[in-house]
Parts: sequence; structure tokens; C-alpha cells
Amino acid sequence: MSKAEILGNIRRGLKRGEATQDQKQAVANRINKHARNLVPQRAQLPHEQQVALFIEMATEAAAQIYQLESINDVPKTCASWLQDHQIDTLVTASDEAITSLDWSSATDLACVQRVAEIGDAASLTTSFAGIAETGTLMLHSGATSPTTLNFLPDNHFVILKRSDIVGPYEDVWQKLRETTKGDLPRTVNMITGPSRSADIEQTLQMGAHGPKDLIILLIND
Amino acid sequence: MHASEKPIKVGLFVTCLVDMFRPSIGFATIKLLENAGCKVSVPEAQTCCGQPAFNSGDKKSTQDIARQTIQAFDGYEYVVGPSGSCIGMLHHYTELFDENDPWKARAEDLKSRAFEITSFLTDVLDFNTILSKYDAKATYHDSCAGLRELGVKQQPRKLLAKVANLTLSEMEESETCCGFGGTFCVKYPDISNRMVENKTSNIVDSGATTLLGGDLGCLLNMAGKLKRQGHKIETRHIVEVLAGMTDEPAIGDADYELGQPA
Amino acid sequence: MQITSPAFKENARIALHDAGLQKALGNLKEGFPVKRSTAVARMPEFEQLRDEGTALKNHILENLDIYLEQFEANVIKNGGHVHWCRTPEDACKKILDICKEVDAKTVTKGKSMVSEEINLNDYLEKNGVEPIETDLGEYILQLRGDHPSHIIAPAIHLNLEDVSEIFHEKHKRPKSSDPKVLMQEAREMLREKFAGADVGITGANFLVAETGSSIIVTNEGNGDLTQTLPKTHIVVTSIEKVVPTLEDMTLFLRLLARSATGQEFTVYNTLSTGPRRAGDQDGPENFHVVLVDNGRSEMVGSEFQEMLRCIRCSACMNHCPVYGAVGGHSYGWVYPGPMGSVLTPQMIGIEEAGLLPNASTFCGKCESVCPVRIPLPKLMRHWREDEFSKHLSPKAVRWGIGGWAFFAKRPTLYRLLSISSNLFLRVMAGKKGHIKKIPLAGGWTDGRDMPAPRGKTFMSQYKSRKQS
Ligand code: SF4
Repeated sequence: MSKAEILGNIRRGLKRGEATQDQKQAVANRINKHARNLVPQRAQLPHEQQVALFIEMATEAAAQIYQLESINDVPKTCASWLQDHQIDTLVTASDEAITSLDWSSATDLACVQRVAEIGDAASLTTSFAGIAETGTLMLHSGATSPTTLNFLPDNHFVILKRSDIVGPYEDVWQKLRETTKGDLPRTVNMITGPSRSADIEQTLQMGAHGPKDLIILLIND
Repeated sequence: MHASEKPIKVGLFVTCLVDMFRPSIGFATIKLLENAGCKVSVPEAQTCCGQPAFNSGDKKSTQDIARQTIQAFDGYEYVVGPSGSCIGMLHHYTELFDENDPWKARAEDLKSRAFEITSFLTDVLDFNTILSKYDAKATYHDSCAGLRELGVKQQPRKLLAKVANLTLSEMEESETCCGFGGTFCVKYPDISNRMVENKTSNIVDSGATTLLGGDLGCLLNMAGKLKRQGHKIETRHIVEVLAGMTDEPAIGDADYELGQPA
Repeated sequence: MQITSPAFKENARIALHDAGLQKALGNLKEGFPVKRSTAVARMPEFEQLRDEGTALKNHILENLDIYLEQFEANVIKNGGHVHWCRTPEDACKKILDICKEVDAKTVTKGKSMVSEEINLNDYLEKNGVEPIETDLGEYILQLRGDHPSHIIAPAIHLNLEDVSEIFHEKHKRPKSSDPKVLMQEAREMLREKFAGADVGITGANFLVAETGSSIIVTNEGNGDLTQTLPKTHIVVTSIEKVVPTLEDMTLFLRLLARSATGQEFTVYNTLSTGPRRAGDQDGPENFHVVLVDNGRSEMVGSEFQEMLRCIRCSACMNHCPVYGAVGGHSYGWVYPGPMGSVLTPQMIGIEEAGLLPNASTFCGKCESVCPVRIPLPKLMRHWREDEFSKHLSPKAVRWGIGGWAFFAKRPTLYRLLSISSNLFLRVMAGKKGHIKKIPLAGGWTDGRDMPAPRGKTFMSQYKSRKQS
């Protein structure tokens, strides 16, 4: 009932009845083209410079970045960071890239694969892409990558491969459509730095509800 | 402008406030226009631009006034006035008539000919032979309509730069509304008063001895506040300074030779 | 929420003399506008993005029914539900029904102005469901029994001291005046609530027709916990939020962050598409979108259509000198500032909200910063026209304008009116150059002097000069 009334009002306002097949087709075509609007120059760069821009922008957004020679350096980097912060448990996602890591060097660290729970101090996930334009990470949900890992723990480690850095957001949509064959995951997160709020007297404080620290492990691949 | 060229026919849009409160602004505008090689007339049939009716939602009266103004300024190459707000209103006439109403085209035509004085001198005539002198540290308030509807920002500053002995000291937030707003200042006096207080504190902080602007409404508002607060800052319309007509006491100041009403 | 828009003038007067509020509003002026202009300066294409955003919104509105149906189809395809609600009551009832279905006791809420618009919290409470606001600002307000005074910085009218007091009272912890400590306190308090909630309600910044997704934009991450932890996620939003594609959404995200907080990008931009997928370890099992109309569909094709371009960035109020002087609560309903002065009359009626579109000098600052170039002064003027034609404007205004227009249409008489007013004011001023008090013009002379006219009217002087 409501639906018919709402659509009826809109059509009355547009001075037409239900859209014709042609009008609907025109809209469908517009959608299917996935045409880009103006894409700012800023991130339309050679890949090396995109990586540099990503680092610059993510750092500006208060993310910490560690550049690692290989993904095998992840365990010791996490372990030493966590030791400095007196954290002894790391909750991780269960993608291959993480499960295949060798944690034997991190003797004092307990690693568990599961969704996040309240009280978790740190998590480790992979990421789908990095967007140079604003130093933004893209992560998405899936069987091996629960979304709670991105929000509940106090500290969030994210593995990002240099080759997964793209320029503007538009490139990541294309990549996402190609990878997921147009079937979006339930949750797609674009994350730019750690959580914050300025709701108390307009003064910015870090660590509102999400992670207080966002640590990007940038892998040279 | 060469003497041999035919003078440009300009109709002066006086504006009600200048007519009633400060005729010297009208005469200064005429002088500037004549210096720039214009032949200036003041059509008798003009009254007000109609903004009070327009902004009160009285469209019918606004249309009547618009037609009258359009007719009054028929035949002039340009219509020039010492106010961004009133000239901006002349531009709004185009919104008053339907596409197929013949008045619509006439309103468009008026719009293409109507200019605020500093923008006319600068943008249309490229005139900058300002020969006046004014000993003051001045600050300039950008009145809203001129600034945002007509793009008046650099023009007054360019012209003021030619005035001998004048230095410009920009105030903070020179583009923020002074709280005049036509009928706003009487409908919402408390808010208007706060806005003009913010304004005068920025004016005072600029260290200027003279406040200049291009719209008499705003100037009356700010001068009235400066007076009430007891500040010794003079307030003037920019054309008085550009035309070298600053013998007249500043806005809100007493007569020098305490005479009877002229 | 009680409507106090008819008392706008009184609200404003009180606000102007509220020292705490004035201090808090000072923070606004130093903050958002400065950050916006820095962000805009770093994006050379910003003006072009505004043009494209404006054109795109216009295109969407011309095809709004088609995009909405497309969106609905894709939500359903992904296993979600869409509920079309004409009125706030419809929407509240629908949300309650969903809560009842899953036997919900508590719901967590991400920040949503539409939920304020439909007065959802009151409704849920009355019906035995406890709503918990999780945005820090909204949480503070809920503890105080207060309402947002700004669309993206809801607690902007409060100072540190206010927060410190209410936390001390409600959390029963030692009083702290350190914002960091206060935020940590709220974080801890809300952690349990997130986990215990049966339903999570968020708003949406945009709805993507192509994918059936909704997107929320937050800095805190509360919206994400709200929608990920409970079994049911309800998106409550309004019909004008739909955009065609992810690329189109991107255009608006670029505009939104910069126009709102002056950030390069908001920390969390989260797309939600349907319920959790087979194999997912977390995420909601049910996904509902409640589409609220509340007068919007009637704006299509009306002189207010352009208002539907609004992306709720708040730039207009952040830059408004009237908002900056009196704060958001003075406006007396959910949406304050210039955008509110256009929307509120549509939603609660011009009879109630008539003072709002009048409370503007038409300085045009709002329009100059609006990312989708909404001509806010023009739209406020349309409300004044509506008021005038319905004979709702105050008598003093109607008679004043009527009488004045009578003269303005008759140049000869107008001259006489000018001459006599000019003379009157000069006599009042005597030798002083300005007047301290004018009968019936207290609005002016209570706060400032009235400069006296200088000599006879221009027209009189011009005539005598020409004759001599
Ligand atoms: S009207 Fe424009 S400036 Fe105001 S909130 Fe909406 S989009 Fe932003």
C-alpha cells in the first residue's frame, strides 16, 4: 500500500505514469555501464607512486605502517609490537595467507583463529586492497575473514600486499567486481586509520569504538 | 575611454536607502561614472528594487515593482547602482516570470545590463583612474549579495589600492554577514544584534580607523553598532572615498557645522 | 520529541544568553569551516565534483521510482527485505514488528537522523524495547534525555563539563574531566550492550541500486559493531538516498567527507549487502531496509525538489551565522540550520515551522558551500511565498509590506514618503548624526543607534541641482 502511494506520488511529481520500458532500459544501461564520474588526478599515478601516496595518506590518517620484505616477517613484527604493548594473544582470520605463517618464533604469543570477542586485545587480518587516494584499506567479509575482527579488538593488524594497492576508489570497485563476479560479500569495509571521535567538545580523541591502533603490514611482493 | 568616443548611457539606480539616508553616495557614484566617461541619468520612475516584498514572499507586489523598474530603465546601455544587494535584486527579476511571459525576456535583458558600481568600473569599463586621497587605515566588509550573487570581491580592493594614503587592513571573516538582512534585522533583532556584534569586534580587531563597504544597509547597521558601542571608527560607502567626496561627516556622525536640517 | 519551532524567537533569545552554549558554539566556528576549506583546497577538482554531484542527483530524482525499485529488487535478491513506509508511524510500527518477530529486548543504534525524524526511540521504549544509542554524541544525549542539535555532531551544544557530570552520575565512576578517560568509559559501557543486543539499527548515507547495498559512514566504528553483532540488522533510511552504482556513490563520498568534517575520507565507510552469507562466521542473519517517505515523495516535482539532493553533510549549518549564534535546538525540531529551515516546514507543516525559513538574512553562505548546490535561500523564500499566499505571515508583516508596496508602485507618492521619513529621522536626530531610540523601531535601536539621514533626499537634491 505504502509502496504504491510513494511511487505514485513520485510519478505524479515527475508528471508521468509508471516508467516505460525504454526509460527502465535507459536506467539499467546506465547502471550496467559502471561509468566513472570525474576521477581526481591525485591518485592517477604509476604504481610506485601510488604506493608512496598510500603510505603518506594512511600515515596522515594515523595508521602505523611497517614495510616488510616478505609475508614471513609478519609473525615477528606482530610479536614484537605486541610484546611492547604487553599483549599475549592475537586473534586471527583464517585465510591461507595467515594460516600458512610460521609463528614458532613468537614463543610468548598465543594465536587463535576465530571471530572476535569482547575483550580481545589484538587481531590480524588480510586485506583486499589499499586505495592510494586516501590511504584507505578495503576488507570484506567471507568464510575466512569475519568482520568483527576489524572492529572489536583494541588493535588491528592488517596485511596489505604492495601489489594490491590501487590508485582511486574506482579501481577497487572494478577489482571487487572482477574478484567476486558481481556478487558482493555481505560486508565491505573501507577503513582509513584507527577509530576516533570528536563528540566531546569537538576535540579529536582516538579509539572510540573501533580499534585504537591500526597497524598496516605492507608486504613487498 | 577617449573623449572622441560616444559617452556610455548609464541609468543610475539610486536605491531607497541612498535616496533617504545618504544622497552623497548617489552623487559620488555619478561623479565616478562621469569620470569614467559615462553620461548618467536618473530615471524618475524608479522607486525601490522590490526586495522587501520579494523576501517577504509577496511575489505579486514584487512582479509589479519589477515591471515598473524594467520600464524605468528601458533604453539605457547600463544600469548601475551603489549596492550589490539592490542590483542583485534586479538580477532576481528573471526568476519572477514564466518562460513564455514577455517580461521574462525583458528581465533577462535588464539583468545583462545591471551592475554594481565597483564591478561596473572594473569589469566593464576597466577604469582605474582614481585620483582621490584619503588618510586612513581602512577595512572592507564584503556585503553578502554583492559578494555571492554578483562576485564582487577584488573589484573594490583594486580600486581602493589606487587611493592615495589609504592602507587596507583586512578584518577576520570579512565575508560573514553583518546581520542586517533587510527586514531580518527588525524581525529577529536579537540574532541580528549578535551577528553585528561579532562583526564590529572583527572590525575593531583589524585596527582600522575607517570601515568601508558597498551597501548602505549593512553600513547603517554596522555604523549604528559601532556608535552604540562608543567606537571612534568612521563608516563610509566606498564610492565616497573613490570619488574623493569625504567632506561629508561619516555615517552616523554629527554635522561638522551644527546646522539646521538642510 | 516535542516540537518547539513556533517558539523559535524565544528559544533563540534564551540561547543567545546561554553562556555554556555560546562557548560550545565557539568550538564549531573554529572547527568544521576551517577544516572544510583546507580539505577543499587539497582537492583541485572539488568544484567539478560539486557540479557532477548536483547533476547526478538531478538525474536520480528524475528516475527516482525506477532506482528505488531496482534497489528493492537487489536487496531481495540478496536475501534481505525492504519495507516502504509512508509516515513516521508506519515506519516505527514496522520496526517494532521486526523487533517483536525476533523477540528483541534491546536494540543498539548507530547514528540516524531519520530515526530522530520518526521519533523511534520513544516509540520503542513505550512498547517495551530498549534502544541504546552507540554513537558517542548520541549516547551522551540519551543519558541526558537530550536531543541532537546538529546532524553530524549531535552533542555540539555541550561542553566537557556537561559530559563529565552526566557520566559521573550515570556510570557511577569517579568524575573525570579528561575527554580520553570519558571516551574510554563510554567504550567500556557500550561493549556489553553491543554484544547483548538482539537487533542493530543503523541509518544509511546512501543506498546503491546496482547492488542493493546500504552504506554508512562513521568515524567511531559504532555503526559497524551495531550492525555486525546482533542477529538482525535494520537499516532505517529515506527514499532520496538511492544512487545508481558504486561509482556514483564514490562521487558523493568524496564530497561528503570534505564538506562535513573536512576529512580526506571518513574512517569507516561500510557497505552492507543482505544478511550474512553461507559460510560467514559472523554478521546478521536478517537484513531489513525500512524506507521512510514522510513527505519526500511530495517534494518531487514541487518547487522544493532540489532539497532532495541533500546528502546531510551539515556544511550549510556549519557556515550559517544564524545557526552559529543560536545553535540547533532553537530551531525546535530534528533538522536545524538552513537545510532544516527548508525541510522542517515540509515535515511538520509551515503553520508550525513558519519562523524558520524567515530566520535568514539570505546571506547565501549556505548555498556557497553546499556540495550539491542546493539553492537554500531560494527554497526558504518559496516557503515565505507559501506562507504569504496562505495568509499565514504575521499581520504586521502583511500590512507593512502591503502598505509599503502601495507606495513603491507609485513613484510620485514614494518620493513623498521618502521625503517625510527623511525629515522625520532628521528631526529625531537633531544635531547628533544618529538616533538612540525610535518609536516602533525598538528592534533596531535596542541594540544599535540609527544613523541619521544626511540632508534632503537624493531625488530632491538631484532635482534642484539640475534646475540650478
Ligand atoms: S543542504 Fe547541502 S550543505 Fe546542507 S546538509 Fe544538505 S547537502 Fe549539506
